[in-house]
Amino acid sequence: MMDLFGYPADTWLPFVFAGLMGLSILLYVILDGYDLGVGILTPLADGDEQKDMMVASIGPFWDANETWLVLAVGLLLVAFPAAHGLILSTLYLPVFVLLVGLILRGVSFEFRVKARAKYKGLWNGLFFAGSLMATLAQGFMLGLYIMGLQFTTGTILFSILCALALTVGYAFIGATWLILKGADALQRRAVAWARKCIGGLVVGIGAISLASPLVSERIWEKWFSGTSILYLSPLPVLSLILLWFLWSTLSRMPKENDRGAWKPFVSALGLFTLAFLGLAYSFYPYVVPEQLTIYEAASAPESLFIILIGACFVVPTILGYTALAYWVFRGKTRALRYD
Amino acid sequence: MEALDTLILSRIQFAANISFHILFPTITIALGWFLLFFKLRFQWTGDLKWMEAYRFWVKVFALSFAMGVVSGITMSFQFGTNWPGFMEKVGNIAGPLLAYEVMTAFFLEAVFIGIMLFGYSRVPSWLHTTATFLVAFGTTMSTFWIIVLNSWMHTPQGFEMIDGVAHATDWWAIIFNPSMPYRLAHMLLASGLTVSFLVAGIAAFRYILGDRKETVRSQIRVGLTFAALLIPIQIFAGDMHGLNTLEHQPAKVAAMEGNWSDRDGNTPLILFALPNEETRENDFEIAIPNMASIILTHHAEGAIPALDDFVAEDGTVLHPPVDKVFWSFRVMVGTGFAMLLLSWGSLAFLWRRAEDGRRFAIRKLPRPLLWGLVPMALSGWVATLAGWYTTEIGRQPWLVNGVMSTAGAVADVPAGMVLSTLIGYLVIYAALLFAYLGVIIYLATKARHGEPLTEMTPASSEAVVDAIAREDRGLTPAE
Ligand code: HDD
Ligand code: HEM
Ligand code: HEM
Repeated sequence: MMDLFGYPADTWLPFVFAGLMGLSILLYVILDGYDLGVGILTPLADGDEQKDMMVASIGPFWDANETWLVLAVGLLLVAFPAAHGLILSTLYLPVFVLLVGLILRGVSFEFRVKARAKYKGLWNGLFFAGSLMATLAQGFMLGLYIMGLQFTTGTILFSILCALALTVGYAFIGATWLILKGADALQRRAVAWARKCIGGLVVGIGAISLASPLVSERIWEKWFSGTSILYLSPLPVLSLILLWFLWSTLSRMPKENDRGAWKPFVSALGLFTLAFLGLAYSFYPYVVPEQLTIYEAASAPESLFIILIGACFVVPTILGYTALAYWVFRGKTRALRYD
Repeated sequence: MEALDTLILSRIQFAANISFHILFPTITIALGWFLLFFKLRFQWTGDLKWMEAYRFWVKVFALSFAMGVVSGITMSFQFGTNWPGFMEKVGNIAGPLLAYEVMTAFFLEAVFIGIMLFGYSRVPSWLHTTATFLVAFGTTMSTFWIIVLNSWMHTPQGFEMIDGVAHATDWWAIIFNPSMPYRLAHMLLASGLTVSFLVAGIAAFRYILGDRKETVRSQIRVGLTFAALLIPIQIFAGDMHGLNTLEHQPAKVAAMEGNWSDRDGNTPLILFALPNEETRENDFEIAIPNMASIILTHHAEGAIPALDDFVAEDGTVLHPPVDKVFWSFRVMVGTGFAMLLLSWGSLAFLWRRAEDGRRFAIRKLPRPLLWGLVPMALSGWVATLAGWYTTEIGRQPWLVNGVMSTAGAVADVPAGMVLSTLIGYLVIYAALLFAYLGVIIYLATKARHGEPLTEMTPASSEAVVDAIAREDRGLTPAE
């Protein structure tokens, strides 16, 4: 009954769940990426009012954005319990740093405006520090994951590089978000920030793309054996086109009547998605690189099936009301004043 | 030794994290419904005092919600970092339940809280009320799913073990496991009581500081009324819960009652004692004869399980640590009776007519009762934590009752790492708790001065409440 197009349940279900998990990781990286990025940029704001504006632009969204992380970890835990334990107990310390970061920034949203005025600076500082910690931790974990979860000097250096690259990446997507949501001075600043980040982005993506096939023979094989690079060439080519497009658009921003303010953000989404697809291709079918495939790590089909039934109904609903929230808060962020 | 240390530290870390987490959901679950109540009262009566109540408590809600979310995210990692064995063995059951919680509850509340807090001027009033309702509904759904999982760990059924891994056979039986309805009801009532006393207590604090606004008086009344309504139901539900536990986890009840050896029925209700694991009896026992038998079996000679029945032939102890369970239970029940006395006592005074013939004048409330309400503002937290300690420690040495032991689930991480992160969490939690209480007190004192609650800061929920108040003054929502 659980077979699909002749594939037995223990083949297609793990594949579908790996896809679902990938989707929620991608959504998390993009969505929390821009709001962590805005957090990283706050110290660069010109004065308190601009800072308030930046925080206001993500205020209604951050909680839902982080929920995609909970879903991704949840799916990992639900669908691939063996991998979940292995990955998270190996990454024990970076996970701790990530959580502390998320805790600090999450509560700062509220404390910075509710505590006594004299503590606002402190909470602003914690908001920045938390955003940065969470981002660095995520980049570091990504690096270690690419390196097959091994701790050696080389892998740690590579992971530090990834941590820095991701920081630039998040700051970049955060800046493009501010171009979209901010006006006037804030928008002009955001354009400058975004332009500065592009260089770092090129170095970061380049370094990761070069290092992964060099350290992993399997990834090398997947990309460069036979004709596969031909099928795969759209990924790097499209990325380069997007980078060039971003560079040229940003040099001409902001435009009159705010034309095209959405372009940098949407292109950044595209860039993140392409990078993600490249990684996903490199790792399939492994969920723990070189150790455990999704088929070996999957839980019992009947448990996956019961979740899938729910997901078919619930995930579209979630996407629907998420769209509603973005619609309600569309347009330029307003300083909600009522006097 | 290494493994043992990791085990103990992991337990302390898990307990610290979940204890910190539960503080905030306990508030938000019921406060969401209270906010809906305030908003609807305002819409029906047009009386500004309800809007002021909303204005004040929505801030506490936003703050508590943020604390609940960040500590909840920590929780969702804890299973993997600390108890990988748990998911490997019972993941087929725990997994779907957690997944349904994320899908049906977390997204709902996380998305609509944005609209509830910041959306008033942007959406029609009905949509704002709907968002408020959906947030309250979402927190309640969260509670449902997590309590299902937790209750299944206490009274597991609907599964079979294949090669040491649990496989679900009957989801209906898993979800509606025997202890779930009792635990869910008891937890929801606990949340209602926590918020009732919080509202009454903070309002009493403002009243004592000299803030005699109508809204403050109404908040004392609302808090006390809900408290007085809920506490008898809670005591009844607790009793039923205990009877259910007696059936399914007799060792836990034996520990709660401090009943070491079989007394041929006739078990006394112990009011005070220091359970002694060495001698396996109670020191300094003060007890009411036969009372425990009466409560649990409804007749004086009824037999109650004894701890000695849960020691294996070879001397292995198969019951939970007695003193912790015994005392946690007494703290909870004691707090419950304090709540009963205070709420009914206060209402009895309020019921008497004032000189002008009106009932429920707060000034009729005697000082000691009014002052008593202030420390009781946090009584819900005390009882809830104590209750959970009874429940969870009472399940030991099992993690899933009769299926897997706690020691079998622990991760293979160095003890030093667990210890250092534990210290990290504790420091942060202590600081945040301090800041949280500080801000609530600050908000209460500030409200008293009648100054604008905060200057308008864009990213704050003030915007909404101000918009509502504005509309009330007949102005259109500002751009
Ligand atoms: C405001 C909070 C509050 C109050 C006043 C009470 N409880 Fe409670 N109790 C809880 C909050 C709570 C709790 C924190 O919510 C627990 C932990 C797990 C659960 O379902 O509820 C709990 C657990 C719990 C258990 C453990 C059952 C088990 O897990 O096996 C029992 C037997 C009782 N309660 C009984 C009572 C009685 C007889 C009370 C009479 C005064 C009482 N509770 C008041
Ligand atoms: C919300 C209130 C809760 C509190 C205050 C609480 C408290 C505790 C405490 C004190 C322990 C340690 C017991 C011991 O070591 O002797 C524990 C254990 C545990 N609890 Fe809870 N718990 C709560 C809810 C839950 C829920 C909802 C779940 C799961 C869905 C859960 C899962 C566990 C697990 C996996 C352990 C294993 C660790 C251990 O036994 O030490 N708990 N809990
Ligand atoms: C009896 C115990 C528990 C209850 C009653 C409870 C209830 C809640 C509620 C009502 C929320 C909404 C946020 C808030 O209102 O503050 C929440 C948040 C959360 N809880 Fe718990 N919880 C419990 C235990 C757990 C456990 C054991 C986990 C770990 C698996 C967990 C994970 C989370 C997460 C990830 C969030 C954040 C959701 C979001 O982003 O909105 N909770 N919890």
